[in-house]
Amino acid sequence: MKPIPQPILDIRGLTKVYPGGLKALDSVDLEIRKGEIFALLGPNGAGKTTLIGAVCGMVRISSGTINAFGEDLARHWRSARQRIGLVPQELGFDMFDTVERQVGYSRGLFGRAPDASRVEEVLRSLSLWEKRGEEIRKLSGGMKRRVLIAKALAHDPELLFLDEPTAGVDVELRRDMWRQIGALREQGVTVILTTHYIEEAEEMADRVGVIDKGRLLLVDEKDEMMKRLGRTEAHFTLAAQLSELPPALRDYPVTLAEDGRTVCYRGGDGTGKGKAEVAAVATALVQSGIVFTALDQRESSLEDIFVGLVEQQGLAA
Amino acid sequence: MINWRSTFAIYRNELSRFRRTVFGSIVSPVLTTSLYFIVFGAAIGGRINEVGGVEYGAFIVPGLLMLTLLSESTSNASFGIYMPRFTGAIYELLSAPVGVAETLLGFVGAAATKSLILAAIILTTALIFVDYSIAHPLFALVYIMLVAASFSLLGFILGVWAEGFEKLQMVPLLILTPLTFLGGTFYSIDMLPSPWDKIALANPIVYLVNGLRWTFYGHSDVSIGVSLGLTLAFLAICVAVIAVIFRTGWRLRS
Repeated sequence: MKPIPQPILDIRGLTKVYPGGLKALDSVDLEIRKGEIFALLGPNGAGKTTLIGAVCGMVRISSGTINAFGEDLARHWRSARQRIGLVPQELGFDMFDTVERQVGYSRGLFGRAPDASRVEEVLRSLSLWEKRGEEIRKLSGGMKRRVLIAKALAHDPELLFLDEPTAGVDVELRRDMWRQIGALREQGVTVILTTHYIEEAEEMADRVGVIDKGRLLLVDEKDEMMKRLGRTEAHFTLAAQLSELPPALRDYPVTLAEDGRTVCYRGGDGTGKGKAEVAAVATALVQSGIVFTALDQRESSLEDIFVGLVEQQGLAA
Repeated sequence: MINWRSTFAIYRNELSRFRRTVFGSIVSPVLTTSLYFIVFGAAIGGRINEVGGVEYGAFIVPGLLMLTLLSESTSNASFGIYMPRFTGAIYELLSAPVGVAETLLGFVGAAATKSLILAAIILTTALIFVDYSIAHPLFALVYIMLVAASFSLLGFILGVWAEGFEKLQMVPLLILTPLTFLGGTFYSIDMLPSPWDKIALANPIVYLVNGLRWTFYGHSDVSIGVSLGLTLAFLAICVAVIAVIFRTGWRLRS
């Protein structure tokens, strides 16, 4: 049997109650394995940023313990923080400073000796080298976000937090960001990212945790999670009223609306099965001689899934 | 263990921020001081012969230096910590392996360094207008450093406390500058009519101005011991307040 590696981050009973009484984190237990990419998935206000803040030092925790690299973070925060990097959600830096200087500053701030060649490496890997002498305020939004990442990587962290790395960025930059994160995994960096896009968790993560209203509802391997999360919904608007479903559709999870004018499909498991089945249902309708005038298909939203998860948990309890 | 690399990184970063604003931070105090010398030293000083055996133009040098030291130290340090809070860059400082010692040495050290450079520039500028000598140069240097450090600490507290640019400017503009003007910068306390000479002793800046004046001319309105004691006490209070700020995370950590 392989020895179970010690988690790089071990959170136990983490609770944060803000002065106003808002419980942002409610007794969260979470273990992060070394070298994995972990996606924390949840809607806005779920407690994702608070969780990151609690580990990185922006948030004072109300109760619970955090162990990082096998040591109590509350006691060994200086040594632990040298090994942790953070890319925040909001752009925040000295806009009048140059790219290279800011990145060098971050390296020093985290206790690393100046190393121009390492800073160059980081800047090149993020396509920032050409812009090294520019004032940050003159860069485009996407470039500014890269500077944030460069700053977080400048001290070679072993554990990297990315808070909503692709919120508000264009498709191209999002793809680019995903490639970057993939490259970090290759280097052995453990990555924890928060997102409210299911696709992002699906694309990037090894494991996914679902958080809502401060409670960590579920943590599982990505594939398992996607099976649970994925749901495809399709509505076929029929040209003529139908009294009952044709036999060809019997094997699919479809229902006929009361007015007999809409066929509704609900199914799939996040692996693409849903989309394939919708196509099959469409073919079956055509083959049965049923004409439909519109097809409205969508993947269920995160909110739908959360409602489902909470209901499931409620039933299990 | 203090993280010296981090401390130095903050210190250097702050000094480079000053370099970017070198025009405003050097030219404006020099211009202001020159104006004071022209107005008070030349125009009014011509009608006042001597104060306590010191030529009037030379008499106001320590006070003018104190005026700049107090406002510059306070505003530099307060901007230093307020700007990251304002722009959101504070996240990096909070997540970095730095505690109260590194932050203070970095921010306050840089603000104090800038004040010392300014002090040297102002003293040099003063030489253009008046002839003065410093009786206890080493003591003067120590005293200037002490004042620069104390008011940089005060500025740091203000920068953490302030929730807008208006509040940031309030203390230097509405408290420090008036108190310095009333604190014997341009006159000796015993020139004031009673009871103002007694009331003036309630103004803490009086002790600072006179402490510095003592290092220049060997005598002042109040005893150097009292001046030094009060300055050290003020320094200690500021350090204590900042230690509490860091322990509780007030206005820094949510």
